[in-house]
Amino acid sequence: MRHVILTLAATMLMTTAQAEPTATGDLGLVIERAKGSVLLVDQSDRAALARIEGLGDLSHASLVYSSDERFAYIFGRDGGLTKVDIVARQIVNRIVQAGNAIGGAISDDGKLVAVSNYEPGGVRVFDAETLAMVADIPTDSKTIGLVDAPGRRFVFTMWDTGETWIADFAKGDPMVTKIPDMGKNPYDALITANGRTYITGLFGEDGLTALDLWAETPEPIRVLPDYGRGQEEMPVYKMPHLEGWALTGREFVLPAIGHHEVLWIDADTLTETGRTKTHGQPVFAMARPDGRQVWVNFAHPLNDTIQVIDSVSKEIIHEFKPGPAVLHMEFTPRGHEVWISVRDANKVMVYDTQTFEKLREIDADSPSGIFFTARAHRTGL
Amino acid sequence: MAKLGSKKPTQRPTARGRKGWTARAVLTSVVLLATTAFAADTLDTNALKRLVHQDCGSCHGLSLKGGLGPDLRSETLKHYDAEVLTGVILDGIPDTAMPPWRPLISEEEAEWIAHYLLEQEEQ
Repeated sequence: MRHVILTLAATMLMTTAQAEPTATGDLGLVIERAKGSVLLVDQSDRAALARIEGLGDLSHASLVYSSDERFAYIFGRDGGLTKVDIVARQIVNRIVQAGNAIGGAISDDGKLVAVSNYEPGGVRVFDAETLAMVADIPTDSKTIGLVDAPGRRFVFTMWDTGETWIADFAKGDPMVTKIPDMGKNPYDALITANGRTYITGLFGEDGLTALDLWAETPEPIRVLPDYGRGQEEMPVYKMPHLEGWALTGREFVLPAIGHHEVLWIDADTLTETGRTKTHGQPVFAMARPDGRQVWVNFAHPLNDTIQVIDSVSKEIIHEFKPGPAVLHMEFTPRGHEVWISVRDANKVMVYDTQTFEKLREIDADSPSGIFFTARAHRTGL
Repeated sequence: MAKLGSKKPTQRPTARGRKGWTARAVLTSVVLLATTAFAADTLDTNALKRLVHQDCGSCHGLSLKGGLGPDLRSETLKHYDAEVLTGVILDGIPDTAMPPWRPLISEEEAEWIAHYLLEQEEQ
């Protein structure tokens, strides 16, 4: 009997081998926002492999990966939560969990997927395997800046009420800690890669607010409270994103809001160390994984341009125009290349980050977010 | 401050008082026709539609169902006069995330957008 089982196992292994198993380590997905589809791409081949359709309204969509890099959970604007198998290249489950959603996160153990919603305002948490709802946390506010934190926790912030909540799922039912007075109209937030510092950007007042998640009772810490005071604010035609939280050596770099510059902040003291004037209102300020360069794109109507900043000199070392409506950038995990979505050119463009040479153009329908599977192993992504 | 999430636009004052619904509809149609005829010569309406869905859509959603900013579908907006909407588009709403678009578009373009929002097919 034992022999039979071993033979069977060997046969199955051989069958799998013959079917050329898919390695997912250098795959990624590109959101095609108008079409409601995602494009499966291969980093090393610099190619699109397949299109997976039927994901609803993806006009402000993002996704997270399962820890084994096989499944992607895609969060659509219409409240859709779609689980896609990137090996089988198909949708395996899809629910519409709310009327109007803004983003999501996956717990450190990969078991829980959380979605933050504008309508109804709050966070809903689902079983990553089945997409059955595990918890519903209404907040009476549009809810933004949802991230995962170590210890099976989710952290999120309320646009209307200026509170940050920490939902702890370590013991099953969530324990919610509420932190008031984070500031007026927080618009997005991020968590550092070590899971310690949570920072939310404020639209309604100057500066940002941080939380030390290692503290017993995290208290709001004001960051750059006098930032921009006395200067005329410029209109903001697109809210910046803080996901690209960029750690460059000892500093963080963040997009300013209402000002055409990026801000440099000391990671330990959370005080300002510099500002770099930019071409327009920054949307993403993303550090290359080694931290040496920061790539910045801009809000409408200056969204055809990218500037690259050297993180040592804090000076702009390169500027170019990939095309109309540059929406997102994603670095390969070690940063040798960057993939850029150029919505109105219907292209994803791949650049060498050392020479700035364009290496490839890949057709995509109104591409927005680009997500490589290496994100599966990063806190806050 | 005005709450962006307000679901009750009807409570906001409009520039004009209440008029007969028919009269207003006729007036709106006439203005729209006039604007459209005028627009055909001078405005790039495809570019404006793209602006509405892609760039207004950053906050209001690609299909204008709302996001950080409120729902802009015609059903929701029908209590507003085009004139009021044009003013909001051009000058924004202070203390909210709605920016003034006057630096980027002309008054005619803003008027066209206001009428476009009011006249959209129900989605």
